[in-house]
Amino acid sequence: MNRFEEELKNNNFICSECPKCKHLVWPPSDFCNKCLGDVVWRPVSKKAILVEVSKKDEKQFCIGEFENSIRVFGILEGRTNIIPGQSITLKHCRYENTPIFEFQTD
Amino acid sequence: MKKVAIVSTGITKFDKTEKPLDSLMLSSVKHLFENTINLEQKDVDVVLTSTNANKNYFANIISELSGIKPKISHSVESLCNSGTNALISAYAYISSGLAETALVVGGEKTDNPGLVLNWDLSRGEFKHPIFWATMFTGAHMRKYGTTLEDLAYVSVKNHKNALDNPYAYFEKAFSMDDVMHSKNLTENIRLLDCSMPCDGSAAILLCSEENAMKYTDTPIWITGIGQKTISAGFTKNNSLSSMESTKIAVKDAYSMSDKTAKDVDVIELHDAFSVCEIIELEDMGFCLKGKGAELVRDLYETGDKKVNPRGGLIGTGHPLGATGIAQAVEICNQLRGEAKKRQVAGAQTGLVHNMSAGSTSSTVLVLES
Repeated sequence: MNRFEEELKNNNFICSECPKCKHLVWPPSDFCNKCLGDVVWRPVSKKAILVEVSKKDEKQFCIGEFENSIRVFGILEGRTNIIPGQSITLKHCRYENTPIFEFQTD
Repeated sequence: MKKVAIVSTGITKFDKTEKPLDSLMLSSVKHLFENTINLEQKDVDVVLTSTNANKNYFANIISELSGIKPKISHSVESLCNSGTNALISAYAYISSGLAETALVVGGEKTDNPGLVLNWDLSRGEFKHPIFWATMFTGAHMRKYGTTLEDLAYVSVKNHKNALDNPYAYFEKAFSMDDVMHSKNLTENIRLLDCSMPCDGSAAILLCSEENAMKYTDTPIWITGIGQKTISAGFTKNNSLSSMESTKIAVKDAYSMSDKTAKDVDVIELHDAFSVCEIIELEDMGFCLKGKGAELVRDLYETGDKKVNPRGGLIGTGHPLGATGIAQAVEICNQLRGEAKKRQVAGAQTGLVHNMSAGSTSSTVLVLES
């Protein structure tokens, strides 16, 4: 299990960042995908912007964007009248053979 | 670079069978040999297989079972556009002079592992393709006012076209009502908006200009190629109401062939879901952005078979590794005037569009008679 998965298991969403390029590397990697230099790991902000939203069996899910960079799918709880561009918050994350993200509307 | 022609094709009925993959693929190779005058196994110096089946040494196995001892043989895997990517690899071997004659054979079983997008961390638990499709659909609806009824027209049209395709999985017409009331998979995707995974195989023989007339009187020339990968992860698509990789690939293919959308008589495009056909028509220049749904409705109402005459993926079925090759087989049939009830009158220039994993990569071919 790599560091990203280990931290996610503990409800910590971290990502690799290139100190030289000041660039978040997504998907997380041991090397920067711009300069191929070494990366450092840091927490990702819990605040996100809603990119798109849909429903399956009345359950809402979405794509959220963190720090103008990382976009992930996740469950979206809260208001159902939310539209892209509005802010959402990462409520919980975990790892169960795959990353699982749960957002909450603000 | 040498000119490269498609000189023969083979295909199987798309179905769900007990047949193993190698036997399925040999069936389309057999069909191709039966269709080709003067072709002997010793003439084939490249064999490329296209499948998502995770089979080791598979092109070599298919070569052996086909009685071919090629100079070059390997598999090509790129999920749903494996087939057209294999055609481009074969094109490259011939155009560079490394080979004269290449057999490309694609095949898939219904339960292939390419249907669940496990590698993409961005998708989290939402690994099934319906989840990327619902995001494209929602974004297009929001931006251009596309409706569920607009989407249903794609499915009704393509299932109707498939009725004239003896190799199609579906042999049944569906009404607007059938599509509108088919099972909701998400709030904007219904079962009949989706292409159906199935078993299938298709094969194509490519040849240099010098040898093409040995095998056919009606070679079909590959005159334009465009291929673009923007990422492996779906969420790297900047816009969800268009397909960036498709726009780049088609631009390159038009440029290489010195054609534009106006020159294209017949199109097989990658309608993995209804919304894909609408977006792709727009992004490849067949109508203005936001007018794709109107174009589909017009094609349906006038009975015009210009777009997805064989029924597309929605009507024909989607055996991943065979799909791109089957699309090219249809365009060859159209350009030879051999598409029977599906024939687009006077078709001389055709386009194949094949993409993967929510348009994270796309391939476009321009073919000419």
